[in-house]
Amino acid sequence: MLSRVAESLYWIGRYVERAEDTSRLLDVHVHTLIEDPWVDEHIASRDVLSVMGVPLPDGRLDARRTTDRLAFDREDTSSIVGALSAARENARGVREALSSELWEALNATYHALPAQQAAAERHGPGGFFRYVRERAAFIGGLLDGTMPRDDGWRFLVLGRSLERVDMTARLLWARGQQRGASSGWIGLLKSCSAHEAYLRTYRTAVEPEKVVEFLVLDRLFPRSVYAALAQAETCLMELDPTAGRVGVDDMARRLLGRARTDLEFRVSSDLLRELPFLLDMLQTTCAEVGSAVAGRYFHHTAALAWTAER
Amino acid sequence: MGDLFDGYALGAAWDEVFGRDGQPHPECGPLHAALQEMSAEELTSRSTALTRAFRDQGVTFSLSGEERTFPLDLVPRVVTHEQWVDVEKGVQQRVKALEAFLADVYGEQQAVKEGIVPRRVVVSSSAHCTPAHGVEPPNGVRVHVSGVDLIRDEEGRFRVLEDNLRTPSGISYVVENRRAMARVFPELFATHRVRPVADYPSRLLNALRAAAPHGITDPTVVVLTPGVFNSAYFEHSLLARLMGVELVEGRDLLCRDGVIWMRTTAGEQRVDVVYRRIDDDFLDPLHFRPDSMVGCPGILNAARAGNVTIANAVGNGVADDKLIYTYVPDLIRYYLGEEPVLLNVETHRLDDLDQRAWVLDHLDELVLKPVDGSGGKGLVIGPQASDEDLHELSLAILRDPRAWIAQRVVQISTSPTSVGDRLAPRHVDLRPFAVNDGEHIWVVPGGLTRVALPEGSLVVNSSQGGGSKDTWVLAGEEGPAEGDPEEPVLRPAAPGEHKLDRGPWQDQQQQQQQELSC
Repeated sequence: MLSRVAESLYWIGRYVERAEDTSRLLDVHVHTLIEDPWVDEHIASRDVLSVMGVPLPDGRLDARRTTDRLAFDREDTSSIVGALSAARENARGVREALSSELWEALNATYHALPAQQAAAERHGPGGFFRYVRERAAFIGGLLDGTMPRDDGWRFLVLGRSLERVDMTARLLWARGQQRGASSGWIGLLKSCSAHEAYLRTYRTAVEPEKVVEFLVLDRLFPRSVYAALAQAETCLMELDPTAGRVGVDDMARRLLGRARTDLEFRVSSDLLRELPFLLDMLQTTCAEVGSAVAGRYFHHTAALAWTAER
Repeated sequence: MGDLFDGYALGAAWDEVFGRDGQPHPECGPLHAALQEMSAEELTSRSTALTRAFRDQGVTFSLSGEERTFPLDLVPRVVTHEQWVDVEKGVQQRVKALEAFLADVYGEQQAVKEGIVPRRVVVSSSAHCTPAHGVEPPNGVRVHVSGVDLIRDEEGRFRVLEDNLRTPSGISYVVENRRAMARVFPELFATHRVRPVADYPSRLLNALRAAAPHGITDPTVVVLTPGVFNSAYFEHSLLARLMGVELVEGRDLLCRDGVIWMRTTAGEQRVDVVYRRIDDDFLDPLHFRPDSMVGCPGILNAARAGNVTIANAVGNGVADDKLIYTYVPDLIRYYLGEEPVLLNVETHRLDDLDQRAWVLDHLDELVLKPVDGSGGKGLVIGPQASDEDLHELSLAILRDPRAWIAQRVVQISTSPTSVGDRLAPRHVDLRPFAVNDGEHIWVVPGGLTRVALPEGSLVVNSSQGGGSKDTWVLAGEEGPAEGDPEEPVLRPAAPGEHKLDRGPWQDQQQQQQQELSC
């Protein structure tokens, strides 16, 4: 398939996942501020912004400013609206490679954003976050049900999985910085839609060590770091089934495989203590895998520049 | 007053928002101001959104086979920190005394011997349960979960209306109401600091685990429900989901050699603690109603053998009998040596000849309640009853005086409630929930505020056309009392240390747009 098409598919996967995860994060953030009277709004908002890698604006921060920046900023793909617009723009360029239902879902999602944003102004952002999550689930379902499992599908899922690793690492990072009682850890689980799965798995109260273990190492929960890394690795392996007998010569796969095995054989009792290094490693890996994939498959050429004949 | 409050008439009752002078209480100032700015259409549209959300999530109860949402009124009920301190203390005190009383009834019977409560009152209670003698609760707790129904009288004092020590329901609405309010009405919260209620399931799970039989370190806890047709089924499934435990029906359990097992795909699995939401009568056909299809035969013997803990314990009804209720202040003094923090409503015992004669003369001024009724069933409000009803009532009382108590008609407090496109006063009560883990009695900061929706109605119950309100307990100045502040696990990240990969799209788009303009 064309490199350009592959790249667009990969980014559609990333942007949709980003929009979904950001909406979960913000939903929990806004809800925590409402439900927990002892949270300092400025500090909590600062943590959310900094964990998303967004430069901090001056002055006192509140839920409103955080939401405006991370949900509604049209100019930047680190916001929900920006990411969904970018996903749709990418899809527009590769319509022929998507099922028409998938294209329509992305396009309709994009067109409904202004109305959803206006509704959020009137009734609070809860409905907007819900809309984004529902559309992401809808898009995910169409991806699953209408796309052949060819290379195009693999690039989409690769993008989605990498973004998921990155976002889960960020969410863990945000929680790790906060002080406070267990409600913050519950919030973390909720922002990964993992609260109920956690409860059914451990059948005990929410404890930091177990939360980290679950979100990083759990083999069965689809949003855990481990599961997402393994999924990304599988995609890369299937994209290049001709791997040699000795070693792995695909840089991206090597990086992913190393990170995955690092997690796979970790002792979970050390996890909480080692978390800062681990998260740093994961985010570095995500960035490096991103450039390795781009370098191998997306083949950018320098833009052609015509010059006058001398 | 703004539009919504037009024609809001204060009656004889205490009002939750307005003082006698028509000005809002200080704690309700911000709420009142926020509501005044709101139009009727806005309130209606939010209310519609709320009902739809409840229906979609299945937050329903069934009434005569019909699935209904429990109407949530959008105006919250505000309780100040200072008022709450008293409620919390009073509920803890009451639960402590009633635990002591239950241990006594099914043990030495000291209070009976010393004449605090007459023996005939105890043994004549229909909920007195002989097989419960000999069940030793492992951590001494019989009332793992309780709901003490409170009302506010004409002076604004909280009084106890009744105790519920069997299987009090309604906590799911406390949790879900808050969740829904936070989504539908986020800006209202901005002006208040409201204490969270979402802790409840983890507290309950801790209490249930603490109640496990001796020697079990990692107990298996289940919630036992009568099944999907029970009116509180939603609550049972919510609690099981939020505690991460199995929701079982009677047919999922079996008892062998005095041990309870549940049937799973991986074979039979031992059960240690059963949080049952089935009445005593239906719990165990071997001991109680033999026609019960929803219970687990043998479970009571297993509990007597100390192999399983039933929560709440069997036979608790003897302590929340409404005739015992009249003795609770004395029981508090007797067991705890303290004065009751929360008052009872003035009540007449009809087994006393003089009191009965007086009550029969004044039936049209009193509220008559069956001692073992719940949910407002069988209750007669004298001033609102017909002569014929009162006549029948007097015959019923003469037939079985032990079955009734009489209370003064309290004008229970009112709270602004949306009725049509206005807010009108409607009567409310409050059911705080308490969880006893054996070391500490924890009272949920909030509770279920129930509203009697028909005008002037004093009966607040979901089965009698009631609704509910979110109950806001305001936070005090100090931080959370429970839970140690935790050190952060990570050093603060330098902002922008890892930037999100923005993707190539933005540059390309600019370029393509430039091409278009060529």
